[in-house]
Parts: sequence; structure tokens; C-alpha cells
Amino acid sequence: MTHATATAPGAKLKKLIRRRDDRHGASRLSPAWTFAAWLATLAFFAPVAWMALTSFHQEADAATNPPSLFAPLTFDQYKLLFSRDITPFLLNSAMASVSSTLLVLALAVPTAYALSIKPVEKWTDVMFFFLSTKFLPAIAALLPVYLIVKDVGMLDNVWTLSILYTAMNLPIAVWMMRSFLAEVPKEILEAAEVDGANLPTVLWRIVAPVAMPGLAATSLICFIFSWNEFMFAVNLTATKASTAPVFLVGFITSEGLFLARLCAAATLVSLPVLIAGFAAQDKLVRGLSLGAVK
Amino acid sequence: MTALSAPPKTAPPPGLRRASTGVSKWKRRFPLLPALVFTIVVTQLPFVATLVISTFQWNILKPGERRFTGLSNFAFVFTDERLRTAVLNTIVLTSSVVLVSVVLGLGLALLLDRRFIGRGLARTMLIAPFLVMPVAAALLWKHAIYNPDYGLLNGILNAVYRLFGADNGPTIDWVSSYPMPAVVVSLVWQWTPFMMLILLAGLQAQPGDVLEAARVDGASAMATFRHITLPHLRQYIELGCLLGTIYVVQTFDAVYTITQGGPGSRTTNLPYEIYLTMFRKYEYGQAAAAGVVVVFGSIVIATFALRTIASLFREEVSR
Repeated sequence: MTHATATAPGAKLKKLIRRRDDRHGASRLSPAWTFAAWLATLAFFAPVAWMALTSFHQEADAATNPPSLFAPLTFDQYKLLFSRDITPFLLNSAMASVSSTLLVLALAVPTAYALSIKPVEKWTDVMFFFLSTKFLPAIAALLPVYLIVKDVGMLDNVWTLSILYTAMNLPIAVWMMRSFLAEVPKEILEAAEVDGANLPTVLWRIVAPVAMPGLAATSLICFIFSWNEFMFAVNLTATKASTAPVFLVGFITSEGLFLARLCAAATLVSLPVLIAGFAAQDKLVRGLSLGAVK
Repeated sequence: MTALSAPPKTAPPPGLRRASTGVSKWKRRFPLLPALVFTIVVTQLPFVATLVISTFQWNILKPGERRFTGLSNFAFVFTDERLRTAVLNTIVLTSSVVLVSVVLGLGLALLLDRRFIGRGLARTMLIAPFLVMPVAAALLWKHAIYNPDYGLLNGILNAVYRLFGADNGPTIDWVSSYPMPAVVVSLVWQWTPFMMLILLAGLQAQPGDVLEAARVDGASAMATFRHITLPHLRQYIELGCLLGTIYVVQTFDAVYTITQGGPGSRTTNLPYEIYLTMFRKYEYGQAAAAGVVVVFGSIVIATFALRTIASLFREEVSR
């Protein structure tokens, strides 16, 4: 893998790792340890693989003991899912997560600007205020949020979820974006200002090129968290605005246990996040640690 | 905001961090105001409401009986048997998930820090469990893995038994027999990649020259790990534990899906118990009081977490 001239998003990371490897000659694993590493990897990956494999089986093959690995493959379960109207749930999920991600960026980017490029006084206090809201357990907010939302008649509404997800992801986005904007070289900014460049020019020519990869990574991470959110979704929606995870839970109760169908549903709803996560994988840790770890 | 309308606009000094006048101060603050106001309205006001509700006796099934009861909900919260069980379960669940996933994550990170065939692919595959939707993961574990009749676990046991000539493997109902471990294992599976990513980042931030020096001086791999790598990793381990704790304490999906808190209340954690109080017993006052207690508990953990993040952050800023 390390020898391939990769063009994927992981390329930069690979290059970084390789540079580090060369620097202090990170030793190779011995064959025995390589085997162990792969064994562990496969063990962790097995449930995902099993989920994907079963989703392409017929129910009869999914419910055998011992499990049948080599049963014929079929798309029937996926066809069935769409005939059971999974589409509105996927659309609700997409609406809630995409709109909240856009809203998060609209709020977080100016904030990050005011915390890094032109920092306000006591900007670290502001940073830690945002962070502290992330540490408050969502469950404690559920009751008042439920009562307020019910009062203003916004139960079972995608926009309610969108606003809540925005609040949920805003601290992560502020921290991430600040850590990316902090990489904009100060000297160039000062030089541009001396030359009398106006703000849009500075933003477009100097800040944007550095910040763009960060913006992409931040939006992917916000998307992942909103797409996967369950607690607010299940308690604040009923029929119109339910999202994909709510569909999954309801699916079992209404259909009874059909393993292959369940696996197909689970694979389908996880797919967008798997793709987003793999695309953002070299920035994932920065988002998860709120920018504390690079 | 009033400062913005102050007329004469003096040319701002060219320095970026120079002390500034009132106008430019507000110009600087302006970009962060929308986010600040939004955050305060959406996250802080509900907690004020929780505090207020926690002082009421309020059951939605008994309308007209809503009244102020002072701190009696808190007296209930601290004496109720179910809630005490929930607190205990939360501690057991959170600490075992965090500890086990940190240990496994450290092992994986140490392996992935070295070069081997297909390392990039292995890393990508290892992230997958963290990316699977938590509800989907919980359902997958409950039905496709733990199911006594055709789950993967019993299926493998069965296949192994048959391989050695026995008739059939045991039929173990994993979720009923071992409810807490069943929840813990599924969560460990999801959280190990998270720990691995943080610890791997820590390992790769290790100064190479120190390791080089240790090797030149003939230090054994074990000694290098104990005296150089582990101390360096300490703050990353702390960060992983604290962030993990903050996220895992809030576990709702897995309990809701795999065990519904049962059997009895053996796997009911605080978020699930609060949910039950709210939407099954409709005791709003009690649910709010429990919520307040959870918030204060989280503040204690968060204080430590913030301190660790602040120290990593200072390092980065001063760099």
C-alpha cells in the first residue's frame, strides 16, 4: 500500500507517514506480528462484512445454523426495502443532516475567523465555552426541548432536528475550523493588509485555499454525527419527519425478525456515513478530538 | 451593538494583535455573535428550563396537580432504588467500555504505527465499526450476532463443535444470560477504532530523535515503550478516556435497542432511565431532577476533560 502513488484523500496522510517512517526508520512488523495485526483487523471488520454479506442473501440462507457463507447472492432484500418505503426516511435524514451541516458551517466559519485570524480578546474563553456545551448530556435537554417544541407545534418536523443537530455539532465545527484557520500564514495576511487588499480578496485568495480541505473535513464530520443521531429523532418525530435510524428500529417491530432484510436496511443506512468517513479518514481524528489532536 | 454605530472610523492599526479601539473591538466580535447567541439559546436555555421543571411535581397523567415542590424531586432522585441502580449501571457500563476499548485501541495503534503489508487498508477497515450507524450496529449485534438460534456467535460455536465431531453446539441466549457484557461488547466494538485513531495520532507525534537515541543506546523495545512511548502517550490516553467517557455516559441507542434496559433493570443506564421516567411514567419533575444530577456529574468529568484539552491546546498554540 505504501508504495502506491495514491491519489485518494489518504494520499497526504500516507506521504506524511512515509516521511516519518523514513526519518526514524519505523521498523517493519515481523511476519508473526503482521499476521496478528491482520487477524485483529479482520475480527473487528467481521461484523461489518457479515452484515453486508447477509444483506445479499435470501432469508432462508440468512437463518441457518451454522451460518451459510456461500449462499447465492441476490438484490431482493434491497428491492424489498424500497417497496417498504424507506425512501422518505432517507430523504428526512438527508434533509436534516445536510441542512444542519450547512447551518453549522455558516455559523462556525465566521466564528473560527474571529477566534484565529482576527482573534477577539479572551478568545480561548470563547472556545472553551463552545466546548463545554458539547459536554452537557443531551438527555438532560430532552424534556425541555420536547416541551418547547410541542408548544410551538414543531414536533415531527425535520427543521426541529436540523436546529438541534446544528447546536450539537457547532462546538466541534468551531474547534476544527479554528485549528485549520490557525494554519493560514500570518505573514501573508499582514503583507496583504499592508498592500491594501480588501477583505473579500484576502478571504478568497489567502484564507480559502488553506481552509478548504478543513471545511470539507468539518462538513463530513458534522454530516456523520447528524445522520447517526437517534435519541432526538426517535422522541421528537412520529411519522412525517422520522429519519433513517427511526426507520430501522420500527422496521423490526412492524415486520418481525427477518435477518437478511434487517442487514440490508442496516447496510443501506450506514452506507452514506461509511463513505463520508472513509473520505475524511485522515481528518477524522482531528474532528473527534475537537481539533486537540492532529 | 451600540458601538457599531459610533461614527468616525479611525484607520485600524496594521498589526493583527494590536490593542484596538471600541469600534474595531466590536468589528472583531461581530462574526462570532450569531454562533454565540444560537448556542446560548439552544443549549443553555433548556437547562434553565430543566432546573425550573425539576422543582415541580408534574405528571402529565395527572393534570391540574402541577405544583411547586422545592427540592423533593431531588430527595426522590437520591433515594430511589431504580435510579441508584441506573447510576451504578452507568458507571459499570461506561468504565468497562472505556477501559477495554482504550486497551484494545492501544494494541491496535501500536501495530498500525509500524509498517506492514496492507497497513493502509487495515486502517480503513478498522475505522468501519465506528462509522456504522449506532442503531444499526446495535441491531446487528442483537439479531445477527447474539441471536440464540441463528446468530453468528452460536453459529460459529456450532460449526466448531461439529468440526470436532460433536452433534451440536450449545444454544446460548447471549443477551438474556449476559445482558451487560452483551451491551458492553457491542459498544467496545464501536469505540475501539476511536481510541485507536487518537492513540495512533499520539504515537505518530512522537519525536523521532528520542526513539532513535534510545535505539542507538541499545534500549530494549520494552524499555523504550515503558520509559519513552508510554509517558508521551499519557495525555493522549487521558484524552481518549475522557472523551470516551463523555460520549459513552450518554449511551442511549444500544440500551434502547439491545436490552431495553432489561432484564428487569439490569442494563438500565441513566439516559435510558430518564427516558423511561419521561415517556413511560410521565413524571416530568422527577425526570428533570435526574437530568440536573446527570449534568452535574458530567460537569465533574468535563472539568478534567477540559483541563486535558487545554494543555494539549496550549502546546499547539505556543508551537
